[in-house]
Amino acid sequence: MLKFTEEHEWLKIEGDVATVGITEHAAGQLGDLVFVELPEAGASFARGDSAATVESVKAASDVYCPLDGEIVEVNQAIVDDPSLVNSDPQGAAWFFKLKLADPSAANALLDEAAYKELVA
Amino acid sequence: MRQTWRPDLEDISHLKHTPLNALHLSLGARMVPFAGYDMPVQYPEGVLKEHLHTRAAAGLFDVSHMGQITVRPRSGRIEDAALALEKLVPVDVLGLAEGRQRYGLFTNDEGGILDDLMITNLGDHLFLVVNAACKDADFEHLKKGLGDTCEVTMLDDRALVALQGPRAEAVLCELWADVASMRFLDVAEADLHDVACIISRSGYTGEDGFEISIPVASAVDVTQRLLEHPDVMPIGLGARDSLRLEAGLCLYGNDIDTGTTPVEAALEWAIQKSRRSGGVRAGGFPGAERILAEFANGAKRRRVGLKPEGRAPVRGGAKVYADADGKVAVGAVTSGGFGPSVDGPVAMGYVDAAQAGNGTKLYAEVRGKYLPLTVTALPFVKQTYKR
Repeated sequence: MLKFTEEHEWLKIEGDVATVGITEHAAGQLGDLVFVELPEAGASFARGDSAATVESVKAASDVYCPLDGEIVEVNQAIVDDPSLVNSDPQGAAWFFKLKLADPSAANALLDEAAYKELVA
Repeated sequence: MRQTWRPDLEDISHLKHTPLNALHLSLGARMVPFAGYDMPVQYPEGVLKEHLHTRAAAGLFDVSHMGQITVRPRSGRIEDAALALEKLVPVDVLGLAEGRQRYGLFTNDEGGILDDLMITNLGDHLFLVVNAACKDADFEHLKKGLGDTCEVTMLDDRALVALQGPRAEAVLCELWADVASMRFLDVAEADLHDVACIISRSGYTGEDGFEISIPVASAVDVTQRLLEHPDVMPIGLGARDSLRLEAGLCLYGNDIDTGTTPVEAALEWAIQKSRRSGGVRAGGFPGAERILAEFANGAKRRRVGLKPEGRAPVRGGAKVYADADGKVAVGAVTSGGFGPSVDGPVAMGYVDAAQAGNGTKLYAEVRGKYLPLTVTALPFVKQTYKR
């Protein structure tokens, strides 16, 4: 199941684990990314907490945790090469995997059509 | 994620346009509000490529939002305009030869910096270029200070573009003007394609290059001709900022302002001997007492280059400490980001004079962590001016 937030994160939900990244739209708006800071596995976040940071040449932006949960894995590949986020934001450049406290809460997020309408 | 990158959320209806606004849009620029103007922050190639292209070939910048002001002596004698302007800037204007340009500062009575500017001697008058955000205040300041002896005019009918980079000379020579004989900070009035322009060999990227003042009616034409050259790429504010930061150059409002003095800002080189203590026209500018005292005794704090050790950019506003626990505050970052030519983070800021020596290890607070950085000589990239 693919879901989106109004803050431009995407979530691929499999069981009670969500793989989270930023959308193609967000990556395009941010421009060339030069630095990514990820949370540590084991850390817990509530929805809306700043869980990661991305920096372009010009500015830093927070990536919010889209739902309550615990980080179970992070993607070191985007730390090593932040430009991956620009080249493949909704594929190889996922940020972290989140064990959801309440998987049913995902129902309240946007589906792909609604997100596309938001950024149109 | 945070939507810091959504300028569309701001009210942009009040923004002014430069004569090149439609051209920027046709080139696919992303526009943002800057100093009251709707300006291109980047083009489709993106900030990284734009930055690196400027250092490798030639970048074209619209700087038409900056103020262009002429100061004409009523007496007809350029010396009178020079001496009048010396009452407002701690700069040797009288000694500025015809066809030469010099960096200058407007100071206030407390020794703070009101604006930085370029001053040119065009023979029978002075030609000034000032920052966009300050230009109206500068204009009033000039009229108040010089109005009895000079005619001060804001040139609203001219655009200004900068062509910067190692291919800039070849591009201009190929298209129109033989600028090869010009040295850094030479200024010539020359026709480009039958358009009367003012060309200075200067810029704010650390690269060799030119700034070209063009009558508004021909601005789009001349700019398009430059952009047609295969070596030239349009460059937005994003790369402009990273280029000038790598070059160690101050951005007014970030690195210098009314709360910083020229000596604190490490801009002593902008104050020639004739205006310093013991010089033939020492003092006589606003704030001279404090500024000349700082020349003699040093300032309490100092602008320095700061090189973060890791990959994380350290941005303007970050506090700087002597220790890794954030107990001994010694200053703050005023400009910081990623330097594409350095391929890593670069920053500058103010630190206590005792901590200002090259090689000093300091720490900047970024998102609750204390990241190590080293006081480093500026610029971060070698300047390539044709002196």
